[in-house]
Amino acid sequence: MAEPTTEGYLAHAPGYVRNDGPKVVTSRFEHEDSYTLERSQATGGYQALRACLAKTPSEIHDEVREAVLLGRGGAGFPAGVKWGFCPEGVWPRYLVVNGDESEPGTYKDRLLMERDPHQLIEGSLITCYALGLSQCFLYVRGEMALAQERIASALNEAYDTGLVGRNILGTDFSVDVVLHWGAGAYIVGEETALIESLEGNRGMPRLKPPYFPAAIGLYGKPTIVNNVETLSNVPWIISNGADAYKKYGSESSPGTRMFAVSGHVQRPGVYEVEHGITTFRELVYGDNFCQGIREGHELKMFIPGGGSAPWFFPEHLDLPLEAGPVGAAGSMLGSGAIVIMDDTTDAVQACLRVVRFFARESCGKCTPCREGTTWEEQILRRIHEGHGRPGDIDMLLDIADNISPGPYPVAADESQGLESVPFPPKQTTICPLGPSSVAPIVSAIRRFRREFEEKIPPRTTIPVSAA
Amino acid sequence: MTDTAETSEGIAITVDGQPVLARPGELLIDACERNGVYIPRFCHHPRMKPVGMCRMCLVEVDAGRGPALQPSCMLTCSPDMVVETESDVTTKAQDGVLEFLLINHPLDCPVCDKGGECPLQDQTMAYGPGESRFVEEKRHFEKPIPINHNVFLDRERCILCDRCTRFAKDVAGDPLIHFQGRGNDTEVNTFPDEPFASYFSGNTVQICPVGALTARPYRFKARPWDLEEVESTATIDSVGSRIVVQSSRNHVLRYLGVDSDAVNWGWLSDRERFSFEALDSDVRLTEPLAAGGDEHQVTSWGAALTTAADAIRAATPERIAAIGGARLTNEAQYAWAKLLKGVIGTDHVDAQLGDGLPGELVLSLPRATIDDACRPGGTIVLCGPDPKELLGSLYLRLRHALVEDGATLIELTPRSTGLSRHATHSLHPRPGELGALARAVVTGSDADVAGVAGDTIAAAHRTLTSGAPVTVILGRSSAAESAALAAEAADAFLGLDGVSFLPALTRGNVFGALDMGLGPGLLPGRQRLGTDMGPWPATPSQPGLDAAGILAAAADGGIDVLVLLGADPLRDFPDRDLAQRALSRIATIVAVDVLPTDSVAAAHVVLPAATTTEVPGTFTNLEGRLSALAQKVTPPGTARADWIIAAELAARLGEDLGVESLDDIWAELATVSPVHAGIDPAAAVGLEGTVVTGTLERTAAERLETPSVDAYALRLISTREMYDQGTALGACPSSAGLHRSPSVALNPVDFEKLGVAPGDVVAVTSARTVLRLPARSDAGVPRGCAALVSHLDLTDAYDLIDVTSPVTDVRVERIS
Repeated sequence: MAEPTTEGYLAHAPGYVRNDGPKVVTSRFEHEDSYTLERSQATGGYQALRACLAKTPSEIHDEVREAVLLGRGGAGFPAGVKWGFCPEGVWPRYLVVNGDESEPGTYKDRLLMERDPHQLIEGSLITCYALGLSQCFLYVRGEMALAQERIASALNEAYDTGLVGRNILGTDFSVDVVLHWGAGAYIVGEETALIESLEGNRGMPRLKPPYFPAAIGLYGKPTIVNNVETLSNVPWIISNGADAYKKYGSESSPGTRMFAVSGHVQRPGVYEVEHGITTFRELVYGDNFCQGIREGHELKMFIPGGGSAPWFFPEHLDLPLEAGPVGAAGSMLGSGAIVIMDDTTDAVQACLRVVRFFARESCGKCTPCREGTTWEEQILRRIHEGHGRPGDIDMLLDIADNISPGPYPVAADESQGLESVPFPPKQTTICPLGPSSVAPIVSAIRRFRREFEEKIPPRTTIPVSAA
Repeated sequence: MTDTAETSEGIAITVDGQPVLARPGELLIDACERNGVYIPRFCHHPRMKPVGMCRMCLVEVDAGRGPALQPSCMLTCSPDMVVETESDVTTKAQDGVLEFLLINHPLDCPVCDKGGECPLQDQTMAYGPGESRFVEEKRHFEKPIPINHNVFLDRERCILCDRCTRFAKDVAGDPLIHFQGRGNDTEVNTFPDEPFASYFSGNTVQICPVGALTARPYRFKARPWDLEEVESTATIDSVGSRIVVQSSRNHVLRYLGVDSDAVNWGWLSDRERFSFEALDSDVRLTEPLAAGGDEHQVTSWGAALTTAADAIRAATPERIAAIGGARLTNEAQYAWAKLLKGVIGTDHVDAQLGDGLPGELVLSLPRATIDDACRPGGTIVLCGPDPKELLGSLYLRLRHALVEDGATLIELTPRSTGLSRHATHSLHPRPGELGALARAVVTGSDADVAGVAGDTIAAAHRTLTSGAPVTVILGRSSAAESAALAAEAADAFLGLDGVSFLPALTRGNVFGALDMGLGPGLLPGRQRLGTDMGPWPATPSQPGLDAAGILAAAADGGIDVLVLLGADPLRDFPDRDLAQRALSRIATIVAVDVLPTDSVAAAHVVLPAATTTEVPGTFTNLEGRLSALAQKVTPPGTARADWIIAAELAARLGEDLGVESLDDIWAELATVSPVHAGIDPAAAVGLEGTVVTGTLERTAAERLETPSVDAYALRLISTREMYDQGTALGACPSSAGLHRSPSVALNPVDFEKLGVAPGDVVAVTSARTVLRLPARSDAGVPRGCAALVSHLDLTDAYDLIDVTSPVTDVRVERIS
């Protein structure tokens, strides 16, 4: 096997690969001290905030709306539109930054928080200014110690220099930013569970309706929850304008986007690529990106958007990295985590591995997810270990149907004449965690049913000894 | 007006193809149930906020954007909603959820107490799969673990519906049980070394939809299908919570709360819930006893009644007295009032034991209902005992009003209470100065009064006069302070427009006793002496003595015969020294009681009475609400109904009491009592009973001069708690022993002044006696006060109190 390549990697930013192309959120990553206020300000940091304070909040809001900044947390909802959802006349309101990145395969927000915390803080401040907010909460995943440390010291620097706190930059604009560390739970990436956790409760999702955070969020007040990458885009948009932003990417998905590629590729890592026009094939095989599957192997399948996303197969490589086409093809871009699996991968084991994650991370609040995900895991484990029973595959699909009723989003399979089912899935649960566990099951069984069947021992009759 | 129009028209929705009118804001699950479509559910409870956790109530709903599965317990009805509760999609989803709930649920129904009344079992029978597809090992936990003295938790049976944990957090305010772990390992449990020490823990057992929570008194006692039941009223305190009495083979085995909108909303305090245990106590009085040597001798009813009648006949009416009667039914109270006041002719009758308020005061106040007090946005003034300790179900209603409905609480109590954390203003006057503080709060004052800062008083005044309706919960907050102080406070609050009062006397049917005239100067029907009582042979001409007066007279040799109607002055009268001196000088004490007490032991004639669940009748709660008491079992031994004892005694005195049945009593009561005249006792059987209205004319109380406290003394506060060494609780195995150990609570600031440290044993000295108790630091006790809880030991604050003084001062000194 060839030596793993190190070209493009930055030693001080492990996991990040510096590729050619426009840089919106990773422009400072090349500097070793990119996380300091000094470097940030030397490279244009907080200039967007200064520019903002000379304009009216609605001008800022309009600029972001005009830029069609799609949410980078998974759902891909335009941030500018989301900001307009708070009911009128209800105060106080809060901005919550969702830094609880924990989708299997994704590690882009961690890099943004570790490498450029000031960009995130500036984006949050601009958002607060646009929405008239004075309180912001930065929720960082419990396991991300370095990110917590870097944000904490960045906040201290910003407070010390009057960039955060009372009368920012001498204006009457004041914002307090509270850094909160999670306790380590995937489900807290779900915005209502994050709000529960922030309030000091167990991180368990709330039911929508009625608990849409924009209307009834943190402490029962209107709350805007945005992803780290989303807000990291905001300073650039304000500095350079929506028109400049829209020059990158496709019309419906402008700008750039970070993708975390892992698995059996030559050069896994996080790449900032143009949104909507780059294809999976370019990202996986392009010299500028992952440089292909590891030597001597073929692509078997890939997860296009984190563990929750139904699987794609080689014939999907030419889809663009854009929510619409990916959703129509039966999966989602999610949080930009692409997991590449080559022909050495055991489909059953891969499926078990992903389902096991969801079973472990189920919060236990609602019945189908609490009981169903573990049951799925137990059946898959049984099959994988050679103790499967005839009928287990259909039972698995039926149990999955009780968590996510109706046809589950899945890619087409032309060899079997099966069409794709578009995203998103239906659910009997409160939040999408339970249905997410169904994604690998439905994907794997539809495409690799034979692999499952081969693992299930044939039913044999125990010979009755002649009496 | 639009609200009314909407209400009358309702919101038109379609359920299973049929048009249904939902109420505005109504949850879909409730609207369907009200229209005869039952949607299965586990976590939904009508008295708690929905959480949508169990997912059992999923139904297919089309609210304009195509059909989707939605939890009907979280969905508010909106116009033109189309709901399918039996479609294939709905059925599949519900079957799936039921299967998920069952995969880890043990199949131990045959040995499970819930079997037979289990929602999970019922719904599995109705809709569930015939066999299990789950071949794996079920989830295992240690089988039932005690989470407090009475409640056991079997986590294997638990379906994690959040009912008990929601109750503990949202209803009782005791968030001591919680989800722990996550995913498939989620369990309900207590925190390490923190038992589920809640006065309301029994409710979690009642609302558990499976057999995960069971309570010791009922564990393995019966199968639900063997139980007979009847609706009745809890009599252990004066809230009168509606209950169901369940029995098997002539033994009461369980009380369950009944959801009465007006009273207890289905909740009970544990003291109410488990109080039935005293009925089956081994020490119940079952046969008449007569004094003979050192011990009582069993005698016949005839002999016992004759002894009592002879003693009564030998004494003149003014040397005969009666204390007690709060345990009795309304009907028995009327019979005894007629016997004592109409036949014997004495007015030395008091249903209370010097720890309540004068009957005339209580009956003269404009009365509020619990609903009045709990009005959304209303103002509640607490000027009485701690509801959390003594009126548990009322506490839950008040807490709900304060936490959920925007009511405001002003406390005028000698020390902090269970409601203090929800109070907007907590004012703790120096004992003896309640009247002055109440006047200051009503009229507004910037000056310090009764040790309360002027700005605090001014703030309370602003709240009180903000225009919101005011309800005063008036009672006796400390036995060490004169009842006249509460009367002074009442006079002050009567100066507020539209004020009404919820009197907070706590003992059983004490309000029935007052309505039936068991108080000095009173006659049945909230009337004063001098009223014509129709069929009565006579009525007393002069107002008699209250309990304190009777005991004082007896101590001076002025009483020959004392009838104790379920009263134990030796334990419960706040001046034990006086009670002891009094009872030792009375020639004949006739005790009509259920359980042996110190006073019963001192009686010369003991008549065993039948009590709650053994006799039918009615009960009057603190609102004046009449509700039914049902008979479910037969009394033990030869114990008789109290009214029959009165009638028998009258017969032996040569008078016919004129009543041979409860109907007779009601017929006669209607002729003599204007407040009961129009009331059909059958109305008391209904879920909400019926409220008796009408008041006495009020005469203002005299202002009390409180002696100033000397620099070395602390002013005594004497309160009671839910669990103590009281007789009835002592006869309940589930409640006995739950009381705290006695101590004297002092403000942290006072410790240094006194030269003692928390935990030190100190001598608490009054003119009466000395108590040796550990000192406890409690910021809820105001400075300069010593707070004791009575009935926690054989000797307590009641041994320190001198009732002839408006307040009692004590010295606290370290024992060197």
